[in-house]
Amino acid sequence: MDSHHSYSQVKGVSTGVSSLFIVSYVSSKTINKLIQVHDRIFCCIAGSLADAQAVTKMAKFQLSFHSIQMESPPLVKAAASIMRELCYNNKEELQAGFITAGWDRKKGPQIYVVSLGGMLLSQPYTIGGSGSTYIYGYVDAKFKPDMSLEEATQFSTNALALAMGRDNVSGGVVHLVVITEAEVKHVVVPGNKLPKFHDE
Amino acid sequence: MHFTVVFSGLSGVCDRLRQARVRTPAAGSFSNVVKLKMAAVLQFPASVSTFNNYNDLYPDWTQTEVSTGTSIMAVEFEGGVVIGADSRTTTGAYIANRVTDKLTPIHERIFCCRSGSAADTQAIADAVTYQLGFHSIELDEAPLVQTAASLFRDMCYRYREELMAGIIVAGWDPRRGGQVYTVPVGGMMTRQPVSVGGSGSSYIYGYVDSNYRAGMSKEECLKFTAEALTLAMERDGSSGGVVRLAVISEQGVERQVILGNQLPKFSTV
Repeated sequence: MDSHHSYSQVKGVSTGVSSLFIVSYVSSKTINKLIQVHDRIFCCIAGSLADAQAVTKMAKFQLSFHSIQMESPPLVKAAASIMRELCYNNKEELQAGFITAGWDRKKGPQIYVVSLGGMLLSQPYTIGGSGSTYIYGYVDAKFKPDMSLEEATQFSTNALALAMGRDNVSGGVVHLVVITEAEVKHVVVPGNKLPKFHDE
Repeated sequence: MHFTVVFSGLSGVCDRLRQARVRTPAAGSFSNVVKLKMAAVLQFPASVSTFNNYNDLYPDWTQTEVSTGTSIMAVEFEGGVVIGADSRTTTGAYIANRVTDKLTPIHERIFCCRSGSAADTQAIADAVTYQLGFHSIELDEAPLVQTAASLFRDMCYRYREELMAGIIVAGWDPRRGGQVYTVPVGGMMTRQPVSVGGSGSSYIYGYVDSNYRAGMSKEECLKFTAEALTLAMERDGSSGGVVRLAVISEQGVERQVILGNQLPKFSTV
């Protein structure tokens, strides 16, 4: 029903600033597939929207409780773990997968994918949703570790534009969320501003 | 005796096959091999409950049709075409042939890339080779690539219910130069400057869309094809082995093989 793409980058030595990027594509203005579960942690949802919303609501509650108990912002891994527990323990009833991504003080930017049955995996970049099958080759070829913000934004936008070009249930606008230590920035790229490829 | 058991359970079996997404032959047209397989299965109902259950007594590969689940690709360039394919043929989880040649000559300068059921595509290719050879003798000149593609299309469309074949026809003729025609499952036919097919092709649509440019040279096309097929082979379980390439032009056909350790490398792959 959609095409998600998450990508993480660590800029180590020069500035000490770590950034994380999430890109989510939304098929309709009324459906938001990018859920904020904490200040610097977002979840991209795929699969049954009802299931995904129920899980993220529960995770948001548990995460804020956990954060109050610990008296500090939660780790991205903690958020992903909570999602995983919910998905694994209810795997018979649920049909939803997630990409949990964010920034925390301990490890900087991270991306975790929680799949349908409840597997948790940390990856430098990941893609999901129905449109993702068409861009596996593209992201495998084009991803480089340690890209700059501009390169990463271009990479994500290109990947999503290609997926939207081939997947009949993906289209419309691209939502980009850039998460850094300092702030969370939301950028929208409308359909007519997307990059065009040879057959368009 | 066991054939009567087969026929009484036929409709149920067909439904099960459909559920398991196995190609269901038209009623009454079973080959002897299929009848024997079904007889064997139905003689031991307790041990084989449904066709798609894993069962220690009957390993996967004795019950699954041979398939060239595959990655194939063809690209036009000025003066000819470049075609490529992986080399894996599977029966279920078993790799029946890891060095398959899926680039089949149909005529001197016309090849086809085969994907889908190995038996179906081999049978179709043999039939079209015969028809095209006959046509070429009648005409007393080299056949057009479009003619070959049309023959494939006619067969794939007429027998679309029985067949599972996705074919890319590519070659060179004096009238229109290098051409690529795709005849996917269902039996449509269309000409495209670049075409990908097989189960591995889904993963490389994005890569092909972004990297193809009109007017590439022969070397650029070879590199492009090899890279795209490598990416597909890395992601698709039904594709793998070596990359077989061929260049068809006025000068003839040049074939090459890229072995596993010589495949292009990507930083993530």
